[in-house]
Amino acid sequence: MNTQFWVIQAFNGISYGALLFLVGSGLSLIFGVMRIVNLSHGAYFLWGGYIALSVIHVTGSWALSLPVAALTVALIGVFMERLFLRSQGFENLRTGVIAAGVGVLISLAIARGTHFTWPQFIIGAVIATVAVFALLKRISIIPVDNDVLRQVLLTVGFAFLFQQGALDIWGGNNMDINPPAAFTQSVVVGGMYLPVYRVFMIGMALVIGIVLWLVMEKTRMGAAVRATVDDAQMARGVGIDTNRISMFIFALGAFLAALGGVIGGAFLGIYPGLDFEMLPLAFAVVIIGGMGSLGGAAIGALAVGLADNFGKALFPEVSYFTLYAPMVLILAIKPTGLFGRD
Amino acid sequence: MMTQKIKILIVILALVAFAFIVPRSGSFVVLLATRAMAFAILAMSVDLLLGYTGMSSMGQAAYFGVGAYLTAVLATKFHFGMGWDFWIVVVLGILIGCALAALFGLFAIRAGGVYFLMITLALGQCVWGLAYRWNSLTGGDNGINMSGRPSFGLDLTNETTFFYLVFAFFAVSMGLLYVLVRSPFGRSLAGIRERELRMQILGYNTWLHKYIAFIIAGGFGGVAGVLWAHTNGHVSPETVVLTTSVDSLLMVVLGGAGTLVGATLGAAIVFGLREYLSTLVPWWQYALGGVYVLTILYLPMGLMGIPSRLRQRLGSKDKGEGSKKLASKPS
Repeated sequence: MNTQFWVIQAFNGISYGALLFLVGSGLSLIFGVMRIVNLSHGAYFLWGGYIALSVIHVTGSWALSLPVAALTVALIGVFMERLFLRSQGFENLRTGVIAAGVGVLISLAIARGTHFTWPQFIIGAVIATVAVFALLKRISIIPVDNDVLRQVLLTVGFAFLFQQGALDIWGGNNMDINPPAAFTQSVVVGGMYLPVYRVFMIGMALVIGIVLWLVMEKTRMGAAVRATVDDAQMARGVGIDTNRISMFIFALGAFLAALGGVIGGAFLGIYPGLDFEMLPLAFAVVIIGGMGSLGGAAIGALAVGLADNFGKALFPEVSYFTLYAPMVLILAIKPTGLFGRD
Repeated sequence: MMTQKIKILIVILALVAFAFIVPRSGSFVVLLATRAMAFAILAMSVDLLLGYTGMSSMGQAAYFGVGAYLTAVLATKFHFGMGWDFWIVVVLGILIGCALAALFGLFAIRAGGVYFLMITLALGQCVWGLAYRWNSLTGGDNGINMSGRPSFGLDLTNETTFFYLVFAFFAVSMGLLYVLVRSPFGRSLAGIRERELRMQILGYNTWLHKYIAFIIAGGFGGVAGVLWAHTNGHVSPETVVLTTSVDSLLMVVLGGAGTLVGATLGAAIVFGLREYLSTLVPWWQYALGGVYVLTILYLPMGLMGIPSRLRQRLGSKDKGEGSKKLASKPS
């Protein structure tokens, strides 16, 4: 255990923290603005990675995969937020989407074991969809706003749907995202080999962090977001369109998580189950830093990244314990996190 | 309205019918039912917290996990609990569940709402982390394989005998919890659920009430874990993952929070999807996710709430009013 060990581990921890910042900052902002505990955030990470794989497969361009994956997942996030996490608007579309989903499942269930043809399957699905739609139209939806437990369970439901969706589209194999060759080399700093890719991760998180900070602190939009975090009702009162801000923030959160998935996929790999591995880590980041605070997310990500790396290197048998126990202590002592406000 | 006595009678009759039919329906059904009942005990313990006290714990798998790991470690490392000493393991399982809950409760009970959710999640992850990484004790990712089941006059390796044993545990747990929630203590828990501040003003030590409920739930979680370890013959970190905790929450919400029968129904359905449907079709997780989404959006009062919702609908022409009443009910 010489200096080199500590420096390398610290470097690895910081670069892992950079990745966690991308996942955690979005989750933190979503909670701060909408008071929604989003358990499908891990799924956004996973889907980001998978979509990037497809983009690379088709176009061969890693650089292109970053924005495409992030924007696609942001769209999925907006779709989910508008349709399911808000009670107002899009009633028919929401009922239609649910009915179509249930209809396809019913048709799949009927088709199981029989020699079905595509037309039969589609007809079955359409009939089932119409029937379910007619039924659901008669049942009123109970809004999930302001009910944390139901939001949690709803987003978990979506996490399971996303998980199965990813499994069906991309299969169950462990896949790797290969960044361009320039990133796979190492730079020598003071006699130590540092992978360029991890340097890139830190740089990326820094740039995104600074841009986010500038947007939040220096623009009108950012001020509106901060006002909503502090007191959504008051913000509405002074004429801030919190509804639009929620959509924007949810999209941003999904965007960042997916970006994390593309970047992290290069050294974590992309595989089924990664979503529920990242999710508790993202929560650790959010909770240590304080929900709704960007600076807190940065500190939290750094703390979790370092704790995870040093924990695994120094006391492997209790490494996850050393990660989550501080989270418990912080919550017990200061429930709003280190930098959170009530 | 049915009187309480008739309801109890219906539940008892249903249980008797269940115990009569299942052993005659093939070994796979017996195994599934046995495992589902172990899970149902966990779900009922969640219901005590969520449905009767208003605490949504996201870490109930922790107590389930310690019970299961205790059983597995004692059985494989110390060859303890495979004879009549199985009953000692049961007691130890309850005690360790209670002890862990007593420890965790110190941190968690203070917090309310979303913070309670988060802190129980973190506590659950602590236990998961130990199970996953503490190789020398828990076998790490591979978990612990147990060979055989206890035998003490009763030969539990016989699936049907074991079914009856787990059934007995399940029925007794349900009975005990029923007595508990109908007791003055249970009534004060319901008071805390509805309006904690008012209970405080009335002079109740609400912290202590919640703490005791938390410990009792931990004990039931522990015994469920002991049974689970023996139904499964294998204990792994999968037992303690976040999704187990979330599943048990959904079971309660799906069945109807605040009704022990509902928790059982929910456990049967969710468990059926996970363990039975997954053997039939590859897309079972769509069904599971779908059940989550549909339950939350359309059945916030759960299956047990359907009759009252139907009544409300048939009784009053004004549909909007009924749903508003439901929506404004604090949870």
